Amino acid sequence: MSLVDHLPILIIIIPLIAAPLCVLFDSAKASWLLALAACISSFIGSIKLLNTITLSGPISYSLGGWQPPWGIEYRLDLLSIILLLLLTSIASLVVLFARYSVEQEISKNRIVPFYATLLLAIAGLSGICISGDVFNLFVFLEISSIASYTLISLGKDRRALNAAFKYLVMGTIGATFILIGIGFLYMQTGTLNMQDLSERLPSLYDNRTIRAGFAFLTVGVCLKLALFPLHLWLPNAYAYAPSVVSAFLAATATKVAVYMLLRFLLTVFDFNFSLNTMPLDVILIALGSVAIVSSSLVAIFQVNLKRLLAYSSIAQLGYISLSIGLASKLGIASAIIHLFNHALMKGALFLALGAMIYKVGGAELKHCQGMLKRMPLTSLAIIIGGLSLIGIPGTAGFISKWSMINASLEAGLWPLALLILFGSLLAIIYVWKMVEAITLQPSTSTATAPLTRDEAPLTMLVPIWALVIANIYYGINTELTVSLAQRAANILVGGY
Amino acid sequence: MDISLLAMLCVTAIAAIRIRDLFAVTMLFGIYSFLTATFFLSLDAIDVAFTEAAVGAGITTVLMLATLRLTGRYERKPKHNIFIPLIVVSITGAALVYGTLDAPLLGDPNAPAQQHVSPRYIEESPKEIGIPNMVTSVLASYRGYDTLGETFVIFCAGLAVIIILGIQDSGEVHPGRSAIGDQLVLRVVVKVLLPFILLFALYVQLHGDYGAGGGFQAGIIFASGFILYDLVFGEGDARLIIPPTFLKRMAALGVLLYASVGLYSLFNGKAFLDYSALSDNPTSAQHIGIFLVELGVGITVFSVALTIFFAFSGRAQITVKTDRRPPL
Repeated sequence: MSLVDHLPILIIIIPLIAAPLCVLFDSAKASWLLALAACISSFIGSIKLLNTITLSGPISYSLGGWQPPWGIEYRLDLLSIILLLLLTSIASLVVLFARYSVEQEISKNRIVPFYATLLLAIAGLSGICISGDVFNLFVFLEISSIASYTLISLGKDRRALNAAFKYLVMGTIGATFILIGIGFLYMQTGTLNMQDLSERLPSLYDNRTIRAGFAFLTVGVCLKLALFPLHLWLPNAYAYAPSVVSAFLAATATKVAVYMLLRFLLTVFDFNFSLNTMPLDVILIALGSVAIVSSSLVAIFQVNLKRLLAYSSIAQLGYISLSIGLASKLGIASAIIHLFNHALMKGALFLALGAMIYKVGGAELKHCQGMLKRMPLTSLAIIIGGLSLIGIPGTAGFISKWSMINASLEAGLWPLALLILFGSLLAIIYVWKMVEAITLQPSTSTATAPLTRDEAPLTMLVPIWALVIANIYYGINTELTVSLAQRAANILVGGY
Repeated sequence: MDISLLAMLCVTAIAAIRIRDLFAVTMLFGIYSFLTATFFLSLDAIDVAFTEAAVGAGITTVLMLATLRLTGRYERKPKHNIFIPLIVVSITGAALVYGTLDAPLLGDPNAPAQQHVSPRYIEESPKEIGIPNMVTSVLASYRGYDTLGETFVIFCAGLAVIIILGIQDSGEVHPGRSAIGDQLVLRVVVKVLLPFILLFALYVQLHGDYGAGGGFQAGIIFASGFILYDLVFGEGDARLIIPPTFLKRMAALGVLLYASVGLYSLFNGKAFLDYSALSDNPTSAQHIGIFLVELGVGITVFSVALTIFFAFSGRAQITVKTDRRPPL
């Protein structure tokens, strides 16, 4: 085997091994460089893997040289590689951004363990997306979860500790449910390999153990996904975490939970069982709709912009669950499209807020005064990110909304299409709040701080604008996202 | 036997919920873990029982007690409504019962779990891996990558404790003054026991191939030896032997040792963690591989367990310093 054949494992273990290396070197600068190098190499590896998969189909890699189902299998299909590309690209940009932001927000003696933990979170989330073995998926879920709780607790605000603890309790319940579900499946099939499970489960769909296992898995994953009403951990976790962590988790963690949901529902179980036999389609549509309306309404009344975006995230996860609940190829495809586009929007917005916190010292509405003059490029990034969040034509958000509305009309559910439009109207209100504060509010703080141009450093502007440009690019050129998502959805609905 | 154990488990759990004295609750948790360990033993899952006894009853209890020293002994009355949690727990319990309605009976040889993947482990592992303890074969070889992941989970927990609590590097050391006061009898007992504890840990580490045990349990036992020493002989004494910064690096080295076994096979053209790259003889290659990864696990588990203890005991020194009596 040449090194290229090892790419599936390499893109996971490079960040994984970089974490203990950071601790060994014990230098802040070296940790940052190491983390950056690890993320970029994984990103390059993922691009290479995308090419292989689009040309010659899914890749399987047997760990330890043991054939599945006896050993653990890594299995990469289109959905996995879309998630991995998203994860590694966002991770690279976030780490590039992190350098100055972390220096300011995190005390000196914690910077090295911070980068080590961030690398573990990245490796854990990537490991979930590539594993073809349900227990291995759980192990990497544990790595990513513990790392995320720790990262959130690093926030400057004392409330960060509380938020992290709440997330820990909810997340652990979710993980336990997932483990119980896996245990039930194993009890009746004797296997942990996903493909093996998908072959053995259909004859057992009437079995009560399997049905209970299905319920435990779904509820556990939905806790991680922050599906309404299991979302209560999310707003504070995102609001009080360090800027870099908010950006990274908002763009990736819940997306990986969506991935797990799709994987369990459509690969381990199958489309008909999950969304037709079980009443999950109705539940997802109902909860998704409530999430869209209620969280968007709450978002409107937020003063802290990070909290505002956090509530908006819950609403966006509502859109995604609703699309899955439509139980059609188009619905699943739009869920994948929105998953990707939403990561781009929230990544850009949270990073821009991070730059603002770096220069102005906070992310509340009062801090926005005079932003346009002071940090024109960051302000413009927030505006474009906001437009994409609403779904204005020409941005990635429009493609998501368009495809979701199409999917609901195709399913004959026009009220849902109206609901999606109504959600966008609410988004206009809360995005307008941000934009108004940035552009129109009179600069009353002239007395305290001179309003000269004081833009964020280049290592922050580059990642922010890379994501902003991606938002515009994927709004105009839909070839990549839409066609890949449709192919991935076809594979998922049609079986492995 | 099973029913009486289950009944005792239930009684312990309910008592733990009702009592507000957290010392008592910690002890009840210890009992609960021991009962669970006995339960695993009656299921013939000796390795699991061993781990549960070492981790659940042993080190967790010590850490909880260390935490109680920092917080307080009594739990405050909960402010929230108890009905919603009660409903959630009842639904979960009902779902669990529902799930077991169609489950195969305990110990049924025709159960799917006994039929599909495990026969190969039972029949082939003595030939393929060459060691009698099949649990170790599955853990360290067939599913060795999971164990690598678990070791990283432990490493991550260590990082979490360092980040949240922080460890005072040069933290105050009080040689000869112990956390529990001068206890002559205890000192003598510990002095006699300590070499045996450490020796036993090494035995467990190296003997995992043949009997119950392995790096995980060994690391915990080794760490508890140090913790015992620290508790009885003087606060911070253990720190003088192993400074926390060194411990942090050791934890990193443990996981790196495990991962580098995988990288070695990878660079020799085999799959990640394929031990056959380590030697020409297949079974001795497995032996070497399992020995190395278990060593990695042992080092990391030991370092992290001791780090967590140091972090807690370091806090205790800060908060308790004010009201401590002068040494006699």
